[in-house]
Amino acid sequence: MTLWALNLAQAALMVLAAPLLAGIIQKCKARLQNRRGASILQPYRNLLKLFRKETLLAENASWIFRTTPYVLFTTTALAASVVPVLLVDLPSALIADVIAMAALLALARFWLALAGMDIGTAFGGMGASREMTFSAMAEPAMLMSMFVMSLGAHSTNLSTMVQHALHLDHLLPSVAFALAALLMVAIAENGRIPIDNPSTHLELTMIHEAMILEYSGRHLALIEWASQIKLLLFATLIISLFVPWGIAESPAIQPVLAALVFWFGKVVLLTVALAVLETGLAKIRLFQVPEYLSTAFVLAFLGMLVHYILEVGA
Amino acid sequence: MTGTMNWFVFTLLSPLIGGLLLAFIRQPARSSAINIGFSCATLIGSLGLAVAVLQQGSHEALAGFFFLDAYNVFLISLTSFVSLTTSIFSGPYMRFEWLHRDLPEQRLRLYHAMFQLFVFGMLLGFTTNNIGVLWIALELATLATVLLVSLYRTPASIAAAWKYFMLAGMGIALALLGTILIFFTSSTIFGHSNDALTWTLLFAHAGELDASVMMMAFAFLMVGYGTKIGLAPMHAWLPDAHAEGPTPVSAVLSGLLLNLALYALVRFKMLVDGATGTAMAGHIMIAFGLLSLLIAALSLHKQHDIKRMFSFSSIEHMGLMTVAFGIGTPLANFAGLLHMTVHSLVKSGIFFTVGHAAQAMGSQNMEQIRGLIRHHPGIGWGLLIGTAAIAGFPPFGVFTSEFLLFSAILDTYPWLILPVLAGLLVAFAGLFRFVQPMVFGPVPAHAVAIEANMLPVYIHFALALLLGLAIPGPLANWYEQAATLIAGGAAL
Amino acid sequence: MSDVMLQEAISVAASLMLLISFALLAQHRLLSVLHWFAAQGVVLALTTLLVAVISGHYELYFSALMTLLLKGALLPWLIWRIIRKMHVHREVEPLVNMPVTMLIALALVLISFYVALPIERMSQLVTHNTLAIAIATVFLGMLMMITRKKAITQVIGFLSIENALFFTAVGATHGMPMIVELGVAFDVLIAAIIFGLFFTHMRNTFDSLDLDVIQEKSKR
Repeated sequence: MTLWALNLAQAALMVLAAPLLAGIIQKCKARLQNRRGASILQPYRNLLKLFRKETLLAENASWIFRTTPYVLFTTTALAASVVPVLLVDLPSALIADVIAMAALLALARFWLALAGMDIGTAFGGMGASREMTFSAMAEPAMLMSMFVMSLGAHSTNLSTMVQHALHLDHLLPSVAFALAALLMVAIAENGRIPIDNPSTHLELTMIHEAMILEYSGRHLALIEWASQIKLLLFATLIISLFVPWGIAESPAIQPVLAALVFWFGKVVLLTVALAVLETGLAKIRLFQVPEYLSTAFVLAFLGMLVHYILEVGA
Repeated sequence: MTGTMNWFVFTLLSPLIGGLLLAFIRQPARSSAINIGFSCATLIGSLGLAVAVLQQGSHEALAGFFFLDAYNVFLISLTSFVSLTTSIFSGPYMRFEWLHRDLPEQRLRLYHAMFQLFVFGMLLGFTTNNIGVLWIALELATLATVLLVSLYRTPASIAAAWKYFMLAGMGIALALLGTILIFFTSSTIFGHSNDALTWTLLFAHAGELDASVMMMAFAFLMVGYGTKIGLAPMHAWLPDAHAEGPTPVSAVLSGLLLNLALYALVRFKMLVDGATGTAMAGHIMIAFGLLSLLIAALSLHKQHDIKRMFSFSSIEHMGLMTVAFGIGTPLANFAGLLHMTVHSLVKSGIFFTVGHAAQAMGSQNMEQIRGLIRHHPGIGWGLLIGTAAIAGFPPFGVFTSEFLLFSAILDTYPWLILPVLAGLLVAFAGLFRFVQPMVFGPVPAHAVAIEANMLPVYIHFALALLLGLAIPGPLANWYEQAATLIAGGAAL
Repeated sequence: MSDVMLQEAISVAASLMLLISFALLAQHRLLSVLHWFAAQGVVLALTTLLVAVISGHYELYFSALMTLLLKGALLPWLIWRIIRKMHVHREVEPLVNMPVTMLIALALVLISFYVALPIERMSQLVTHNTLAIAIATVFLGMLMMITRKKAITQVIGFLSIENALFFTAVGATHGMPMIVELGVAFDVLIAAIIFGLFFTHMRNTFDSLDLDVIQEKSKR
């Protein structure tokens, strides 16, 4: 019983902490740009404001347009709830498969692309086509990077992989390659600089934002929340797979609380690093994105090769 | 033994000192004379060495780092002889170039210094017992010639030299990889020491070396040293380098450097044969050699530049030699060794003649060269006789070696006769189709009179004739011993 | 340092070598290619040092120092001087675009793994599993030489092949005998000097170090 409660609490944590993460990023970026910046809790206020606002729909919006925000939120929240955050082994571990998680995220993306094209605006279609092109290249890289980790654990179940990572006592180059690849893919998937500027107002440079231009009110709130959860999801994934030390292995109060503190600390560090990266780099041009993504894929593939060449005795 | 040691040190040091000295001599006339002087000294040294080996049999020198046996002793003498005649030829030839083409004095200084250093690299490569030093010597010889190919600094020559450098560089890198792989397996027997790179020791213990590693090493060595030999499909550098470099450089490239690369490849083949006990290495060599023969024979017909045409003839003959050594029976090896000797002599003689012909006619384009026999009978007859010799007319040495090769082919792989013969006939047709109008016909208006010392050329052809009619006793003896050695017979 | 830790360190160094070989192929700017080449020299020296510790061959310490000075410092500095003197255009121009080059490079790594596998098994040395990576780095250097249109990047490709060969020797056989090592290093130095001379000639004759231009102009 307590395990299930813990599981639900973990899922709720992920969903509710996501806007805080976005707040930290925007605060860091503001500070780096010599501004005071809004408070860390501002994203919560933004979401509440959006929920209270009127939802405008275009005349030719179909049911796809209306359903997408809910689908998006649900799938992303579900994906986020299966990643081991505080405890290695939870009931949700049964569905915590890497491929299943990728499939959930792909489902979300699919709906979003449809919604972007639904109304028939030029920008929506443009955003949808860009998003699908780039994700077609990012998916293999992400999956390959996960596979490298799963080779060591001999399983694609996230809990097993985290367990394996926790007890790793060697220095494995393949893990380093996979980490580099996953970091690059995470930036691409979440539409951060240098792939996509999340705060741009220039429609022609948008990828993710272009698809959601027509949304307003609670729909927009759900979609923004979903993208914040996605960022937290990737951050947690990277932390749990590559730097899992501190995660609780038994469902006792003390380890779980300690795990919470560790997790939060690592997430903050990661987001500060992301903020610094976003401030320091410029957005790369669209035709250079395939190169960026193929570099990620090559790194992941190299990780796999290095695993077989150097680490397995063959 | 000390007598041999003295001769040996003298032979090796002479070109090295010559090269270093010539780097400082400015006047072209003096450089050329000193060049000839040192080449003469090297020849005397190597003849002395040959006599010593004749008397005492093969042995090692300088704590096993160098060695001399039947296979390399006559190649050493051949190298010194051809380098002497080339330096004699290059005297008046380069003076003409210096006066009539844009060739400043410091480049002639570079030319002479690099020439002697090249000879040093060659001799080091032939006499070393260490396969690592063999690699270094071949690289040294290549580096010495690279700058020489671009001596005229024309756009075409710089492009040709760059292509040479890049392709040779890649080839030599692969060859080093092959050498490292051999060390990989030999170090399990001899430990991590110079012994594991010593050819005589490796040859004695060849059966203990791991077969699959040796095969893989040979694959890399075949492609790597094959590039240096000029085998297709790695031959792209050869026609350009021969056509654009000065004639003496073309002569030594064709006559000497290709020989050293082939010598190295055969030394490794001997190791691989001992290690694997199969004829795989030989088959690979036959395949590459046949391919080179056919491609060269066909490409010959499409050429416009006389030096390019004869360089394809070089590729063809190196292919033939590779086939001979690939077949590997003592008869085939004998044919290969004889062919190495006569090809060096005849091809360098041809290049001397071609150089003078190009000077007389003001161009290397075969359309511009006409009526050589009337304009300068020495050159005209030289070209005619040389072409006949290289195409395989009896009684020149090339005919003899090709005949022996055919006998060997009939003994082992009779079906090979067809492609080999076809290649030779196509090349024959190509050579004469071009040479006939060049030698005969009216003299064009733009022909100039030149002073040409054709004596080295005729000496070369006379030697080739002699080798075709009657191989001198000691030489035949060496050929036989080397042929048996290469075929896997008893070490000397 | 324990043996196991040393072995892991050598594995890490080997994967760094592989990564750097890929990075050399992926760069767009000439100066970044040069920086990665210098990094390759440093990693090479580090690997030599680790192998020296684990194998106990004293001459490898000297080799490591020589590699660091020659390939980590002197050669990159020489090439940097050439780039500055010749005002070479900053962009690297590849024959095929970057993602395709990367895929070819991955295929080459797979091939060299397949080639090296039967050989690795028979080595008793500690570093035996670096042979596949070593052969892969040689092939990647060759790919770099083949697919580059600028003379300078071809030269860097050639020098990275030499680095990879040194790495092969160090990893597969714990280094070659000193004489051979010295001779090879000497050869590489001479080759680099000749490259420098070549670039001067090419610059003076063609006003460019782009091989396409050189091919065009030499045909006339």
